[in-house]
Amino acid sequence: MLTMIGKRLMFAIPSLIGVVIVTFLLTRALPGDPAAYFAGPAATKEAVEQIRKKLGLDRPLIEQFFRYTNDLAHGDFGNSLTTGQPVAAEIRNRLPASAELTLLGLIVSIVIAIPLGVLAATRPGSWVDHLCRVTTTAGVSLPVFFTGLVLVYVFYFQLGWSPAPLGRLDVFYSAPQTVTGFYLIDTLIARDLEAFRSALSQLILPATTLAIFSLAPIARMTRASMLAVLSSEFVRTARASGLSPATVIVTYAFRNAMLPVITTLSMVFSFLLGANVLVEKVFAWPGIGSYAVEALISSDFAPVQGFVLTMAVMYVLLNLVIDILYGVIDPRVRLEG
Amino acid sequence: MKRRDFLKSVSGLAAGAALPAIPSVISSAKADARSETLLIVSEGGPNNLDIHGVGTNVPGYEVSWNCYDRLISHEMKVGPGGVPYYDRDKFKGELAEEFKIDDMSVTFKLKKNAKFHDGTPVTAKDVKWSLDRAVTVGGFPTFQMSAGSLTKPEQFVVIDDYTVRVDFAKKDRLTIPDLAVIVPCIINSELVKKNASEKDPWGLEYTKQQTAGSGAYKVTKWTAGTEVVMERNEDWVGGPLPKIKRVIWRMVPQAGNRRALLERGDADISYELPFKDFQEMKASGKLNVVSLPFSNGIQYIGMNVTKPPFDNPKVRQAVAYAIPYQKIMDAVMFGLANPMFGAPKDKPTEVAWPQPHKYNTDIEKAKALMAEAGLANGFETTISFDLNFAGVNEPLCVLVQESLAQIGIKTTINKVPGANWRTELNKKEMPLFTNVFSGWLDYPEYFFYWCYHGNNSVFNTMSYKSAEMDKLIDGARTAAATGDTATYDTDVKGFVDLAYSDIPRIPLYQPFVNVAMQKNISGYQYWFHRRLDYRAMAKG
Repeated sequence: MLTMIGKRLMFAIPSLIGVVIVTFLLTRALPGDPAAYFAGPAATKEAVEQIRKKLGLDRPLIEQFFRYTNDLAHGDFGNSLTTGQPVAAEIRNRLPASAELTLLGLIVSIVIAIPLGVLAATRPGSWVDHLCRVTTTAGVSLPVFFTGLVLVYVFYFQLGWSPAPLGRLDVFYSAPQTVTGFYLIDTLIARDLEAFRSALSQLILPATTLAIFSLAPIARMTRASMLAVLSSEFVRTARASGLSPATVIVTYAFRNAMLPVITTLSMVFSFLLGANVLVEKVFAWPGIGSYAVEALISSDFAPVQGFVLTMAVMYVLLNLVIDILYGVIDPRVRLEG
Repeated sequence: MKRRDFLKSVSGLAAGAALPAIPSVISSAKADARSETLLIVSEGGPNNLDIHGVGTNVPGYEVSWNCYDRLISHEMKVGPGGVPYYDRDKFKGELAEEFKIDDMSVTFKLKKNAKFHDGTPVTAKDVKWSLDRAVTVGGFPTFQMSAGSLTKPEQFVVIDDYTVRVDFAKKDRLTIPDLAVIVPCIINSELVKKNASEKDPWGLEYTKQQTAGSGAYKVTKWTAGTEVVMERNEDWVGGPLPKIKRVIWRMVPQAGNRRALLERGDADISYELPFKDFQEMKASGKLNVVSLPFSNGIQYIGMNVTKPPFDNPKVRQAVAYAIPYQKIMDAVMFGLANPMFGAPKDKPTEVAWPQPHKYNTDIEKAKALMAEAGLANGFETTISFDLNFAGVNEPLCVLVQESLAQIGIKTTINKVPGANWRTELNKKEMPLFTNVFSGWLDYPEYFFYWCYHGNNSVFNTMSYKSAEMDKLIDGARTAAATGDTATYDTDVKGFVDLAYSDIPRIPLYQPFVNVAMQKNISGYQYWFHRRLDYRAMAKG
């Protein structure tokens, strides 16, 4: 097991180096001139040059690159110019916000999608199957910002059930002391139930939005994979042996159908984490996606590089976890590792 | 664009819908806190709490304005629609108890009871250090100081602990107003020096993260891109103690949500909404919407006069006759702007800026002018705009494109990303573009000096050069400094007339700054910087 993890991590190193080089070059190739942008509307040419010097952008590209990698090696991701904060600190603060939202969205999605997929597979052509098809198609066809806005409009603006879409906590609550960065957990650790309720109620709409969007791949994959397994010979044998339908489906079929679903889950998770920018925008969520996009718009190099690098590391780790999970579910994979 | 359309339709529906009363979820202690707290929602937030910092953005100016004091500030007068409006010509002391303007200097006596947020008294050496900092750090602050001929640290002289003299480098009418803008704020020099380093002698890194002033508010929490929390400074002596105890400023990127927050009564104030939203909110009457013209600001169509075909004044006039002014006012601005076109033929030029020109949409005349210029068959060109303001710029350019096609000018629209816009302006290569300029200092010669003078500043986006124009602008500046009203009036009228007959840039309208607030919020004041001044505001 440990050798497998070590080996996987070794494989990740070249790709991380590649990511560092490519993001550095790509951000430099962006058309905007950060010096002109940050010198402000009223700047003279000299003022722009002064800023360029201050930012170190007047140096040759290769020197900039070495300085950048040297800083990286010391754990310094540089400073964001738009927010004025160190990138590493910002990512550390914002990643839990995105992760909490994405995880909750994914859990909601799994709780609905997997039973739905299994039911649809056991009764193909029935009303459950049609329901599964319709909801997943509708969910995936609606753009996330649209679902988000409709939910805000109905549940906040019209009905008033949901709190104002103003980020992770109500304006008048203060954030719990950071332990995990997940407000749901941190408020419980701090035994602040009121803040916990506030954090949870702020999470419901955005998490639902994400869940609606990610229902489709999970439910469809569960259904397809269950169908394949259910028609296989060992299930027929199990049935012929007189096992109860529940045992057949849960113990034999479901476990075997899980492998492709886990793969899909990892893809959906990483996709959601990077792509929930729009949800973050709609709900004023202080997450990592909106941070990266804003930085990109203002040609702010450091956060973009930091974001891509963090995402690359996350992907590597996620793939590792998935591989380990494979091993847990299917012993054959473990032997090959 | 689709998202925005959808938002508009959602908000449109919302405006008409009756809102059911909902039970309050906030407990009573929280409700008390609420009544003394101002909740502001806006699209963007500050990137730096110090206006002297590198690349401090416009929201950062708002923090500086409210958390730092200046020596002097403007008096208020009654502006359009009864809204308090800063008085360009009247000054009052803020940190200064009194000030005396002599021929070549001005002397300030400081208020003896003024204290910084940490309790140290404000003294003359803090004033000198702060002004020295403004003229030496470089970038925008230094540039703004130089606009009032404040360029050298030697100009700021400490007389005693509570007296400072500012020497004029030359006679300049803009020196005193320039001491009342945001930049010359007074900073706690001892505190900042303690936190400065060799690499950063002015302590910019320190003041970026926290406020070190004597102003009416101090920042107690700042999460970049998310929120700013400011608390009242109970010992403020710059003016009457503000009524608002706490200001929470949240960044809400979605315009539709900002409107929903306002209409539900959860947020107190918002700006930066689409014009259509403002117009609808105005019509529904549930909120107070204040719309005031940008002082000394104009949205215009500019033409690069160094290159054909726009080097020909006839072509420029033809374009000026082909612009669909009224359509732009109605369909893009929803009436929330002052028209800068179609003045009556016999209207004399005024000694004022901005003022409307006499062009109107007249396609026949435009075609005739094109023929005179030998371009009856038209030509092809591109029209560029800044994507940061796409909400206004995009429909505006489409309307202009459509109209220019009628006189044979085929245009392609070039959308320039915000980060790139200033670089493009600086290159001065775009043949046709739309842009806004507005000056903090509200004087015609200030506007013309930046936008039309042959020294070709960034804002002379048309690369316009004319010896006659330069003579008139310089004449007006000198006349203003020496108080020669007659010459000043002739020169101002002269350069306005010349700008309109040569028409290198075509003014379209004077935009409005729009602020929407709850009915129980009072005390909004219009300032040249167009940001909020919390000090005069009250709730309930």
